[in-house]
Amino acid sequence: MEHIVIIGNGISGVTTARHIRKLSDTETGSAQAKKITIVSAETEYFFSRTALMYIYMGHMKFEHTQPYENWFWKKNRIELKKGFVKTVETKSKTLHFADGDTLQYDKLVIATGSKPNKFGWPGQDLEGVMGMYHKQDLEKLEKYAPDNKTCKRAVIVGGGLIGIELAEMLHSRHIPVTFLVRETSFWNGVLPAGESEMINKEILNNGIDLRLGVNLKEIKADENGKAKSVIIAETGEEIACDVVGLTAGVSPNIDFIKNSGIETGRGVKVNRFLETNIPDIYAVGDCAEQHEPIGQRRPIEAVWYTGRMMGETVAQTICGNRIEYKPGHWFNSAKFIDIEYQTYGWVFGERGRPEYEKHFHWMHPDNNKCITIAYHKDTNQFLGINTFGIRMRHEFFDKILTEKRDVNYVLEHLADANFDPEFYKLHESAIVNQFNEENNTNIKLKKKSWKRIFQTS
Amino acid sequence: MKNIQKIGLGLFLAGLGIFISLIFLGKYDVSPQLLDDIISNKGIKSELFINDLKSNVVGKEFSNPFTFSSKITSALATANETHKQNNEWDKVIWSKPHSFAYELAKSAGSGPIKENKGLFWWLTFGLGIIGSLMFIIPQVITLGPPGIKNNSIWHNSATNRGWIGWFAFVFLVGFYILLYFFPDYIVNWVYLVDPISESISGNPASQWFLYGFLYCVVMTVMAVRMYIKYRHNKYQVLRTTSVLFFQIVFAFLIPEILVRFEKPWYDFKNAFPLDYDFFYSWNLDQLINSGGFGLFILIWGIILTLVIVPVMVYFFGKRWYCSWVCGCGGLAETLGDPYRQLSDKSMKAWKIERWLVHGVLVFALVMTGFTLYAYFSGAQDVLGIKTQTIQDIYGFLIGSIFAGVIGTGFYPIFGNRVWCRFGCPLAAYMGIVQRFKSRFRITTNGGQCISCGNCSTYCEQGIDVRAYAQKGENIVRASCVGCGICSAVCPRGVLKLENGPEKGRINPTDILLGNDVDLMDLVNQK
Repeated sequence: MEHIVIIGNGISGVTTARHIRKLSDTETGSAQAKKITIVSAETEYFFSRTALMYIYMGHMKFEHTQPYENWFWKKNRIELKKGFVKTVETKSKTLHFADGDTLQYDKLVIATGSKPNKFGWPGQDLEGVMGMYHKQDLEKLEKYAPDNKTCKRAVIVGGGLIGIELAEMLHSRHIPVTFLVRETSFWNGVLPAGESEMINKEILNNGIDLRLGVNLKEIKADENGKAKSVIIAETGEEIACDVVGLTAGVSPNIDFIKNSGIETGRGVKVNRFLETNIPDIYAVGDCAEQHEPIGQRRPIEAVWYTGRMMGETVAQTICGNRIEYKPGHWFNSAKFIDIEYQTYGWVFGERGRPEYEKHFHWMHPDNNKCITIAYHKDTNQFLGINTFGIRMRHEFFDKILTEKRDVNYVLEHLADANFDPEFYKLHESAIVNQFNEENNTNIKLKKKSWKRIFQTS
Repeated sequence: MKNIQKIGLGLFLAGLGIFISLIFLGKYDVSPQLLDDIISNKGIKSELFINDLKSNVVGKEFSNPFTFSSKITSALATANETHKQNNEWDKVIWSKPHSFAYELAKSAGSGPIKENKGLFWWLTFGLGIIGSLMFIIPQVITLGPPGIKNNSIWHNSATNRGWIGWFAFVFLVGFYILLYFFPDYIVNWVYLVDPISESISGNPASQWFLYGFLYCVVMTVMAVRMYIKYRHNKYQVLRTTSVLFFQIVFAFLIPEILVRFEKPWYDFKNAFPLDYDFFYSWNLDQLINSGGFGLFILIWGIILTLVIVPVMVYFFGKRWYCSWVCGCGGLAETLGDPYRQLSDKSMKAWKIERWLVHGVLVFALVMTGFTLYAYFSGAQDVLGIKTQTIQDIYGFLIGSIFAGVIGTGFYPIFGNRVWCRFGCPLAAYMGIVQRFKSRFRITTNGGQCISCGNCSTYCEQGIDVRAYAQKGENIVRASCVGCGICSAVCPRGVLKLENGPEKGRINPTDILLGNDVDLMDLVNQK
């Protein structure tokens, strides 16, 4: 029986395992039968990494972050092995574990995810300095920042999605937070200026000490080797703190294969079939790096759903239906404290914006809802939308992007796109009116139509 | 703000403490006149019982309800035993012993509470209400800006099955046991609301009036909490207003006002089989004997169950009843909201739920079938089973223990919809309609789910919402009461409660939107 070993029990690895099991759920004696083993050093069972913040905040317990009950694995004949893979020997198809144990595989899937970036800052490995990625990071945070008596101030370094989540976490326990962001406005490498500015305000309104355009110089230790303050590079200011969160992005967690002969760049190099240079070895999720970027996507995508999609795809290949990884239209979502964010298609910030990309920006007078629609300045083709504080329908925009509709069509059908809960105040007519005023158009908003909505599925 | 909350908590606890201590106060003294009244009112023919009371109760003063009650219940039991042995069936007293003792105690009681109803109302209800509001209203500020604020729920012993939760559990269970089975111990509580009852229906309060009034008070206070917590979410605000309205107007005021006009007490929104005694012979007789209005209620009750309920479930899902109208649901969504995360999400719990809730529905229907057969045929028993017996078993097990003691008493331990999920026969009936013939679903927004689990954690019905959302599947489940909290707590805007065409409502998928179109077609269309 073919033995598939998956290193990493995150969303990519687990999706791979689930789909292989679905596709090979045959008699154990048959040729297609597969034995599946998932290896993890982090936790015994799969949990949702995206939910770690809610455990600290007290919204959930760890068990609630586990999407499958513990009996699920045995029932689906997926074996779980807890252990840290030290090296991969590709010739003999053997994994060597840190504790000396070994494991033979027929096919290997590398799904080891990411680790927080550290840029060689002095003091980056002190006690009280942590990322916010692994379950162990959460345990550290619980140890060093259980309340605002133990942790009188925390400094967060790096203004990305994890940074703002960590700020929200600490804020939930009333711990004062200083948030160091390298950019001149929060996440403005990705978000257009108006949106980025709105999030700056959201952060400040929550009493978080946001410092824009600053870098970390070093972290200073007290006599016990624990972080006691940080120094800001630009001003030399010293900020006393008990905890330092390093959230300056993530990079693939692949140190253990460096000498295995598997080709790596920043991540594990894979082709469009998610195959590495070594036969029978695949890589999926955050740790996989495409040789060529797919469309406008980045070669490494550390996103929940791309990990899942790669798992769905590679399972087909492993089970004999060799298939290319073809992610559909880009989409994503996040939540910035109380403001929900969704994006469909491509809307670029200042950085890397194509010259043909024109933006229409609408903001609610309360300054907590806004949308930006990107479209082609010559053809009016709809390119993408960012929405803040308004939920939109994924299927609607997926279809719009496939059909290459223009911006007028999108605005006309904005009511079909809305996904806010019932009875919410809708803003479509305000949005369309503003567009008409700015562009001298006469777009008329159509009433929501179930018929059209359902044509998309 | 914190200080206002602390004072509020102090006042609330003082009110609660006084309320509990009232049980032990007051005196009970049955005068010969009172005994004669009761004897003639109840048509009691047992000299044994009368003599027993005359020698052991009348003219004696009891300083607590427990000894008073035990004298009466034991006198009743002894007398009945003798009469049954002697086949003196006309002398047997069929009243429930503690209900009988309650009626006597209500008239025989005296003391500070009966003489100062208003003062004690303020010391109990008044302090409780003012204290709670002082605790709740500052949350407008302390919770921070509008948005989902579930911070520290699992760190707080009131909401994570900690010691405060267990204390609340003991109190609630104790309250229901007293209310249902020992009303004679709580006459002092009933005195508190006599003036209110008299002003509405013209009659002194019963323990059921006390319960109804307390229910409305608790719901109103906790609705204020809902309004603050979910002030950014209009669905929650409207839904809370709706359940509050139906509780106060339909379940509380209208029935009491009907009584004032000498009409039958009736809650127009309480549909059979939740209203399990609607077809009992005493109710049918009462309705038929109440002229045109009684007949109207009879027809309304039948149409409500057979037509209105399923048609509304078809268009809106069972949420129109469970989360917008129902009294049990109303309490669960107000008093119970802090406990919603305690529901069991395991597969095992789901299996138990399906057997139990449908079992209760079958039980209710069989009981009603027997009752109606007996009513129209005039027979005492069906298939050798006394209809009275089966009614008593249902009333005790389902009506009292399940709906009350477990249904509400267990909020702090098993979550706030124990009754609605595991026991309510009306929910079971609507669930079948919702699952197989309805426009309602919770739509999953393509591939946006990140499996965080907030939806499942805060589902009061114990539905593993995430299991569907992370597969890109709509949630179509018999048990969903459409409270909308899964949608509210979702950090990524994945869930939306909708009424739409039936086609495509149930959409099993293996590959989610966003991946390769060919792969989606290949895998999903089997």
